Amino acid sequence: MATQNEILTNLGSTRASQSNVTSRRIQFQLHVILLYAIMVLLSALFMFPFFWTVSSSLKAPFELMTFPPTWLPETPQWQNYARVIEKVPFMLWTWNSIFVVTIATLGSVISASVVAYSFARFEYPGRDVVFIITLGTMMLPAQVTLIPQFILFNQLGWINTLYPLWVPYIFGGGAFNIFLLRQFFRSLPRELDEAALIDGASYARILWTILLPLTKPALATVAVISFINHWNDFVNPLIYLNSPEKFTLALGLNYFKSVPESSGLPLQHLLMAASVMIIMPVLILFFAAQRYFVQGIVLSGIKG
Amino acid sequence: MAVSGQTYTVDERPKTELWARLLGIKSPMAAQRAKWGYIFLLPWALGLIIFILGPILASAYISFTEYEIISSPRFIGMENYIKAFTDDTLFWPSLGRTFTYTLAVVPLGLTGSLLLAILLNQGLKGTNLFRTLFFLPSLTPAVALALLWTWLFHPSVGPINVALSWFGIDGPGWMTDKNWALPALIIISLWAAIGGNSMLIFLAGLQGVPQELYEAAEIDGAGLWAKFRSVTLPLITPTLFFNLILGIIGALKVFTLAFVATLGGPSYATWFYALHIYRQAFEYFRMGYGSALAWIFVIVLLIFTFIQLRFSQRWVYYAGE
Repeated sequence: MATQNEILTNLGSTRASQSNVTSRRIQFQLHVILLYAIMVLLSALFMFPFFWTVSSSLKAPFELMTFPPTWLPETPQWQNYARVIEKVPFMLWTWNSIFVVTIATLGSVISASVVAYSFARFEYPGRDVVFIITLGTMMLPAQVTLIPQFILFNQLGWINTLYPLWVPYIFGGGAFNIFLLRQFFRSLPRELDEAALIDGASYARILWTILLPLTKPALATVAVISFINHWNDFVNPLIYLNSPEKFTLALGLNYFKSVPESSGLPLQHLLMAASVMIIMPVLILFFAAQRYFVQGIVLSGIKG
Repeated sequence: MAVSGQTYTVDERPKTELWARLLGIKSPMAAQRAKWGYIFLLPWALGLIIFILGPILASAYISFTEYEIISSPRFIGMENYIKAFTDDTLFWPSLGRTFTYTLAVVPLGLTGSLLLAILLNQGLKGTNLFRTLFFLPSLTPAVALALLWTWLFHPSVGPINVALSWFGIDGPGWMTDKNWALPALIIISLWAAIGGNSMLIFLAGLQGVPQELYEAAEIDGAGLWAKFRSVTLPLITPTLFFNLILGIIGALKVFTLAFVATLGGPSYATWFYALHIYRQAFEYFRMGYGSALAWIFVIVLLIFTFIQLRFSQRWVYYAGE
């Protein structure tokens, strides 16, 4: 299970593994050039689908079907993006996604911190059993719980509402988040708590004013991972939401592909524009938060 | 808290409360701490029972019933399981297809991830940028993944078939061709997975290999391959094992990609097991049968994991044991 930490650890910088053998300098440089060439080539391979998506999203409908296809649109059709928003309730879907993602993420971060605090700092009968069960649930495939959860939410009258998408996450935020934060709390010296306790601080206050500020990078990690998971989630919205005005972006995008374009023109440019709009926030968040991942590893001192 | 700093005469000394004594907690201090421990545990205790453990038990029971959600469940014993094994024409093919997909995606994906990680571990300048570029595909939402690759795989104007035509190859119809739809989905999965979490985990594993071992191997005259074979590989077997388990579980669960890109078609060519569960449970609302299918899936996963754990003792090396 320590490997989750490893994921974070290795987001830190890589280490030189190539020793400087000065006598073989020229050969070494050739070797370096070759490695760079391979990495550039692979990057191009990995980036090409994104490039093609953006390029297609800016093409006019007639350009989509020309053969051979053009690399870049003749004149970028920025209005394609506006067309997406006109054609389907894109803003509404965005709002639904933001709503679900925000509450689920905040709920996960807050409740997972509280529960992780319990696991990391308190002794009570049954703690270790519950913790082992918690770890066990990480391996459980979602398919088993999906059907009874659906029945439960159906009986609560929550089908075609956003509740099933966020309510479960305010109850502890899931095993992985709890586990991650527990590891972070345990890496903080216990003397911090004890000192505050002697000064008369309550447990809730210790968590809030002492432990959480020191755990910010880990909290950011949990937040980023939850955000991406909920933003990308398709299965749960698919099961619970029926009417288009309730859809999240991921589900809306799937629905969009079956909305016919008037006069039978291709709509791939619009689909690609919509795809760009759904991928963008994830990429932006990742770039913005990479630093937090790295910090989290350094501060926690967990080594994979 | 109230306890500290106060003095008590013998009779006034606070007693450990009854609930705490029943749980075997000795001192009032410990009882106080335990009480707060339970209070902070409460959200998860509820979440675990309501959304995980309760559903597991419910699902096990429902799998032995006929339950169409509008009527109440009717106990029918093993019938759902018997039906799956003997009477459901899509059951075995979908399970087999899921295995085929897994057998392709996991070995190719892990090999690719390991190679990328080795490449990133050479200590070159700009490595962080390349790591990010390799990682980005794995962040793509599965729906967008399916849509944009459907467009890349377009039979006539898709860049993949155009590139193939440069080499004089007449590209197949990919997702519209029942022989090529599964390979197409495998290619998409590899693009999304190779530079993802497993690559990062390998990278961490590689960084944990002590430098001295390579130096010692070099003194012994080991070449690149020998160093990889006898130093790197044995020392990263724990990460390899972890990636293997997670990779297999992830691959067996494949759903969204096939659902969005091909809807399981053409003519069931990409009808994976998870799609089968989904249709039975959430399109036909056969909760009983769906649950039985889900449990068969869990048992398959458990068997796989168990076999791997057994075999792991032969090839996974944990330093310090």
